[in-house]
Amino acid sequence: MSITEYFNLLWTDYTLRTITLGTAVLGAICGMLGSFAVLRKQSLLGDAISHAALPGIALAFLITGAKDSGVLLMGALVSGLVGTFWIRGITNKTHLKSDTALGLILSVFFGFGMLLLTFIQKQPNANQAGLDKYLFGQAATLLESDVLLMIIITAISLFVMLLFWKEFKILLFDAEYTKTLGFNTKFIDVLITFLIVLAIVLGLQTVGVVLMSAILLAPAAAARQWTNNLSIMILLAAIIGAVSGVLGTAISASQNNLSTGPVIVLVAGVFVLFSFIFSPTRGILFREIRLRKNRADMKLFKTLQFMYGIALEHENISHPHAIRILNNFQGYTRGSLQKLENEGWITIQGQQWAMTAKGYKQAQEIYNQKSSQ
Amino acid sequence: MEQKIAVQIDDLTVAYNYKPVLWDIDLTVPEGVLMAIVGPNGAGKSTLIKTILGIIKPIAGSVSIYGEAYSKQRKLVAYVPQKGSVDWDFPTTALDVVMMGTYGSLGWIRRPGQKEKKIALEAMEKVGMLAYKARQISQLSGGQQQRVFLARALAQDASIYFMDEPLQGVDATTEIAIINILKELRKSGKTVIVVHHDLQTVPEYFDWVTFLNVKKIATGPVKEIFNDDNLTQTYGINYKVAVNK
Amino acid sequence: MSHPQIEIQLIAAIVAMACAIPGVFLVLRKMALISDAISHSILPGIVLGFFLTQDLNSPLLILLAAFTGVITVVLVEFIQKTGLVKEDTAIGLVFPALFSIGVILISKNANDVHLDVDAVLLGELAFAPFDRLMMNGTDLGPKSLWVMGSILLATIILLLLFFKELKISTFDAGLSSVLGISPVVMHYGLMSVSSITVVGAFDAVGAILVVALMIAPAATAYMLTEDLKKMILLSLLFGVLSAISGYWVANLLDASISGSIATTLGAIFLFVYLFAPKKGLISVLYRQKQQRVEVSLITLLLHLNRHEEESERHINHLQEHINWHAVRAKTVLDLAEKNNLVEIRNNIVLLTPKGLLFTEKSLQYILSNKDEKIEPMKEDFFLFRG
Repeated sequence: MSITEYFNLLWTDYTLRTITLGTAVLGAICGMLGSFAVLRKQSLLGDAISHAALPGIALAFLITGAKDSGVLLMGALVSGLVGTFWIRGITNKTHLKSDTALGLILSVFFGFGMLLLTFIQKQPNANQAGLDKYLFGQAATLLESDVLLMIIITAISLFVMLLFWKEFKILLFDAEYTKTLGFNTKFIDVLITFLIVLAIVLGLQTVGVVLMSAILLAPAAAARQWTNNLSIMILLAAIIGAVSGVLGTAISASQNNLSTGPVIVLVAGVFVLFSFIFSPTRGILFREIRLRKNRADMKLFKTLQFMYGIALEHENISHPHAIRILNNFQGYTRGSLQKLENEGWITIQGQQWAMTAKGYKQAQEIYNQKSSQ
Repeated sequence: MEQKIAVQIDDLTVAYNYKPVLWDIDLTVPEGVLMAIVGPNGAGKSTLIKTILGIIKPIAGSVSIYGEAYSKQRKLVAYVPQKGSVDWDFPTTALDVVMMGTYGSLGWIRRPGQKEKKIALEAMEKVGMLAYKARQISQLSGGQQQRVFLARALAQDASIYFMDEPLQGVDATTEIAIINILKELRKSGKTVIVVHHDLQTVPEYFDWVTFLNVKKIATGPVKEIFNDDNLTQTYGINYKVAVNK
Repeated sequence: MSHPQIEIQLIAAIVAMACAIPGVFLVLRKMALISDAISHSILPGIVLGFFLTQDLNSPLLILLAAFTGVITVVLVEFIQKTGLVKEDTAIGLVFPALFSIGVILISKNANDVHLDVDAVLLGELAFAPFDRLMMNGTDLGPKSLWVMGSILLATIILLLLFFKELKISTFDAGLSSVLGISPVVMHYGLMSVSSITVVGAFDAVGAILVVALMIAPAATAYMLTEDLKKMILLSLLFGVLSAISGYWVANLLDASISGSIATTLGAIFLFVYLFAPKKGLISVLYRQKQQRVEVSLITLLLHLNRHEEESERHINHLQEHINWHAVRAKTVLDLAEKNNLVEIRNNIVLLTPKGLLFTEKSLQYILSNKDEKIEPMKEDFFLFRG
């Protein structure tokens, strides 16, 4: 099946529609809440939480024997929260730093989860098939009920976010100040963290524990490059997330043997790369262009100033001088002289140059700017 | 005439992780003064302000604002935190940040409207930042960022202003502008309490001063107590040279 | 114990030791998550190397993959420098992307590559003894034993040679530049060693568990000591201990060996986290409670010392003015009285001569603001014994 076929089938095939809707909603909620994670400098907390969720899934299966994703995700939620609070406990109460705490919880919980998963696989009566999908995600396994759950949780998160928009924003920017205004910052903090954990758990089935954090970060990191407005950033992140989800699922479904998670991550990664390079205000490309232009302008101004110094010695500013005498000054080339002429600051006749009135005024301005600084 | 007391601190002891940084502080700040808190690094100046504002919980002692607990008098108090305490790359505009000053009076959930916007714009005008209202905050210079913070506090329309090093890292023009605003606040009967680093400028800028180094060394009018004796006690070395300019 | 069993445990122990040494420095340099990033992003390097060499234990593959690891570090640092996103976001963006490329490469070439996704995450320690190094028809033992053994040996030699440099550049980068030890060289040196170790260990324990082997022993050791040498030795010990006991737990449950090793590491950490003598949770909570009482007591005495008025010394005042709850005020007061620091007459609290002396000493402690001064005071006045 090719990608075009996939999108054609979308209109007729009910299952495909369910899956596509699911990944779109998932991408949107991750982009939305991921923006908070990125702005709170908690990017890697998401990575730790998603890995920490694995033993919860396995334990939920071991205890209930259920394959129903609702039950398994409940387990994931619990163990994700346990991991989160243990990380906080380690950073608050010991001298270990947050990077150590994150890496430790991430790898140890994941290891425990893998221990349980391999244990389950060896059980004779376990129809363990399906737990594997939580590693790298398999969107094809999404059921209508899963998607419904996603939509409900996304709607609730959206509602909570809009309701506490003002509080979320001020806490993200300046937590201590928020406290002095009389807001219960602990409550807002726990609320945001809980929503982030919820989004992560929701995505495990589609993207998998290993790569979940990237879906949280990438849309937000890409969106941040295009706007300086928080609401637009979140909206944009939600859109990028949704598009990555849908495209990634379509690509992985059109190929054999491809988990959804890695593909969605790469699609989102392309968005990030594109944004990093081509964003007009922050992007690397335009920043470099601006930098070069500034440097060229500086050079030009320097030459002009040097000429201004020479011209000052004559009563008539437009008195012609030999180009030769500029040799003492290394900052000019034929090209830069040409540019100066194009600006109308000087005129060139053969081996002579002369300053124009316009050029004189310009040089004076630069001089004044410099001395006022 | 009996002067009203704006801030009253009794027997305040504060500890970070149970290691005390402020010991048994008694402090009374009369209404309408422009007060500097001075002391060496690690003397607990910021901690004192943060404790008054309820950001840090003390181990012992109490703070009252116009005779009541801080939690009841929140709307009378405005705060300018240290500039370095926030992420200036946060996606928001200068006007948005100033608007945050009105969030306290709005309370939970209610959104700022036209009235709050007007308050914020007026505050920005006072600090000379109106032209930059739509600017993203990372594109402001250090001095401009500080003015935005000041405008945010002005938007709180309080009676007492607490400022944590508002002159740190600002250019000379901004410094004068900020000091003029502080003096204006005092003229209109407000109380202004500032953590300050530059001892040279204390007599020029302030009329009240508190010397702090883990314990309170002295507090009172600059004219009376800003002397070598107190400076030496606070900083531990002889400060004669530094002040007699 | 059968022959392969011994070999597996030996490999596991060597992998654990090889990981523990760089892990200590990563933890101390607050770069623990770099190991996470490296362990994921070497995957495409491993897959490409495998296409070329068809041998997971080939030195060429190891170097190629390790190079990918170093590239990751460079890439993360580059993104951090652009200031487009916060530091941790840079890590969080780079490694999942590279890891995804690796996973997709494996999935698309599943028939050609004897690597599957499970092996990427878990490694195949159980199979390690079957891939043997043969030379002239003689069996020299499992290949991975040789690979990891060489890596461990090289790591130990480098550690011994550059111990002083590593120590200085880790604890004081400024000083190390002054002394002519380039922090940049040490940084990339450590990154290279970490990358090579991760690649070597990857085969045995997989991408994520290698992180556990690097961070957990070091973190556990750091809870017990701050001495670098002791920390390294303890990490080695914890690594080996969990490698061996992890093996037997896996044996018992018939489950993944590496998962079991990581779980054991976690269990050891949990135990130390709770019960470490000085820095463990219980000890910290106990000490904080004690400090709280100490501070309260000194606060009370200072207050009494400073105020002559009876109203300030009245028992009720302590509750109202110092803002303590009745219970706390009573506890502190009782303690002070029991130690003969105060007397209570008609509900007015007075300092005893001993209390006065103690207060003066406390003032010295406060003004110098040094912890050492309070310790002998406690001895002198037999305080806080309940």
